[in-house]
Amino acid sequence: MSLTPSVDAGAAAIAAPAIDRSRAKRKAAWRRRRFVLLLMSPWIVGFAVFFGYPIVFSAYLSFTHYDLLSPARWVGTANYRYLFHDDPLVWPAVKNTLWIIGIGVPLQVLAAFGIALMVARARSGIGFFRTIFYLPALAPPVVATLAFVYLLNPATGPVNIALSHLGINGPLWFQSPQWSKPSLVLLGMWGVGNTMIIFLAAILDVPKHLYESAELDGAGPFQRLRWVTLPTISPVILFSVVIGVIQGLQYFTQAYVAANVASGQASQAGDQTVNNYGYPEGSTLFYPVLLYQQGFRYFNMGYASALSILLLGVAFAVTLFIIVNSRRWVHYTGAER
Amino acid sequence: MSTATVPASASLVRRKPPASVRRRRFLLAVANHSVLIVTATLFLAPFVFIFLTSLMTSDQALSPGHLWPHPFRWQNFADVFHKSPLWRWTLNSMIYMGLATLGLLISSIPVAYALSRIRWRGRNAVFVIVLIALMLPPQVSVVPLYVMWAKLHLVGTLWPLIIPNWLGDAFSIFLLRQFFLTIPEEYLDAARVDGCGELRILTTVVLRLAKPGIAAVALFSILYTFNDFFLPLLYTIDSPDHWTVPIGLSQFRSLHQVQWNLTMAATLLVMAPVIVLFFLAQKVFVEGVTLTGVKG
Repeated sequence: MSLTPSVDAGAAAIAAPAIDRSRAKRKAAWRRRRFVLLLMSPWIVGFAVFFGYPIVFSAYLSFTHYDLLSPARWVGTANYRYLFHDDPLVWPAVKNTLWIIGIGVPLQVLAAFGIALMVARARSGIGFFRTIFYLPALAPPVVATLAFVYLLNPATGPVNIALSHLGINGPLWFQSPQWSKPSLVLLGMWGVGNTMIIFLAAILDVPKHLYESAELDGAGPFQRLRWVTLPTISPVILFSVVIGVIQGLQYFTQAYVAANVASGQASQAGDQTVNNYGYPEGSTLFYPVLLYQQGFRYFNMGYASALSILLLGVAFAVTLFIIVNSRRWVHYTGAER
Repeated sequence: MSTATVPASASLVRRKPPASVRRRRFLLAVANHSVLIVTATLFLAPFVFIFLTSLMTSDQALSPGHLWPHPFRWQNFADVFHKSPLWRWTLNSMIYMGLATLGLLISSIPVAYALSRIRWRGRNAVFVIVLIALMLPPQVSVVPLYVMWAKLHLVGTLWPLIIPNWLGDAFSIFLLRQFFLTIPEEYLDAARVDGCGELRILTTVVLRLAKPGIAAVALFSILYTFNDFFLPLLYTIDSPDHWTVPIGLSQFRSLHQVQWNLTMAATLLVMAPVIVLFFLAQKVFVEGVTLTGVKG
């Protein structure tokens, strides 16, 4: 940095006209902008083709009847009227999605936080425990779901067998409309490894002297947790809640696979033609599952577009709400944020 | 770090806590460890049951009662390959994984560099747009994209999964930017003084210093593509030749009725490489995951 002014000074000394210099400067700025544009170009093209265009086109399609085979036919607001008034599946799908966001996400964050806290307090073997709790997060979602449908099989699964040894009559898990979503939450809690690692790193990062001064002030373990640990790591908690809500809005894989496999288990002859979305009794029909079914199994693409526009609106509102309110909930240490 | 001296001197002054306090602390530690060990056992139990079931006969896996395989049927692991095109699915997954990860690195690194180490007007606004694109569910854009790929006659192939990664991936751009920001400005200035152009700085200084970050991004991409279910389902479900591992496994049941022993064996075979990869690259994993959270 220190060299540049002296070079400039040298240029001034040989009395180069000021106009030339400003032109050279402008040329350099132009070259710089072109360079930035070049670097940014993959994203600009990608954003336009895979984000901008689809959303605009989706908005258009949502006012049409379109099945991919014949040209789109303008139907006005018919799709939205059907969506809000007539479709008997939309409200259950919305309720299921709200359930997974309102109950599943907090439980998972809580589990991740509790485990991280325990691991952080372990006298030895932090790395060992961290590995154990992280391992399930490595299981691909499809694999983990398959495993859980088997483990939670009402009659032959190891979990209910173990429960019966304890004299407990285990629930029907994935086969029962009441227990299917709690089973999915259990599956989610098994895979909290990523969140747990983030929490653990944050907890271990809390400055020691904060705890010591709190202790000198006579704070017990719970008060230290409430007034030292929680405020210090609150940005990380907010982050994981945000991620949880966003993932809750797109919750698909586990629900789809669980319904598919559990229904096949019940009917035994894995009959593909049977409608098993949301099995049992629509209890695992989440909004993205409904969208997939309408758009890509029934090819009601106009209607699926209306569903996706509604999802876009909700996702956008949630994102903005969280970002705007984050200042009120979160305590940031230091000046960098 | 400068504050570290304060608590050190404070603890010198402090006396040994009274016996009652020490006893309570000891009991708390015991309680903490007991709960920890029980929870850890619960987390490991599914793996144990999956393993045991993968060694059972088909009949035993379907009947209630004994959880211990009798007899041990190691043959199951070979049968998985005979009875399902697991190799084919693996090959498809590798193609998706390799081409997507390569494209994503090549296209996202320059974008992340422009968003972190070059100053220009509108940079922050563009970064916010990247973040928004990152947060919105993929389902919002999926209908028109499906129509587009259908018109290009690419539905039923892996290309709709691969090509978007060659045009920048929001998550990778975000993560790489965070890594690039940690490189001290002095290194870049030193290179500039030596007469390096921005492109040379990117390809030499930044790439070399951000190697752990690039490794983490590649690792996340490998995991993501290996686990991805929604998009492969969308584009390849009706052409079994192009199924990736997750799609194939999800259809395993309909291919083989309910042979849970084979399903669990396949499950283990699929998990194994991921777990091996984890142990080989544990540091990259943990640092990468942590960074996504801490700097978020």
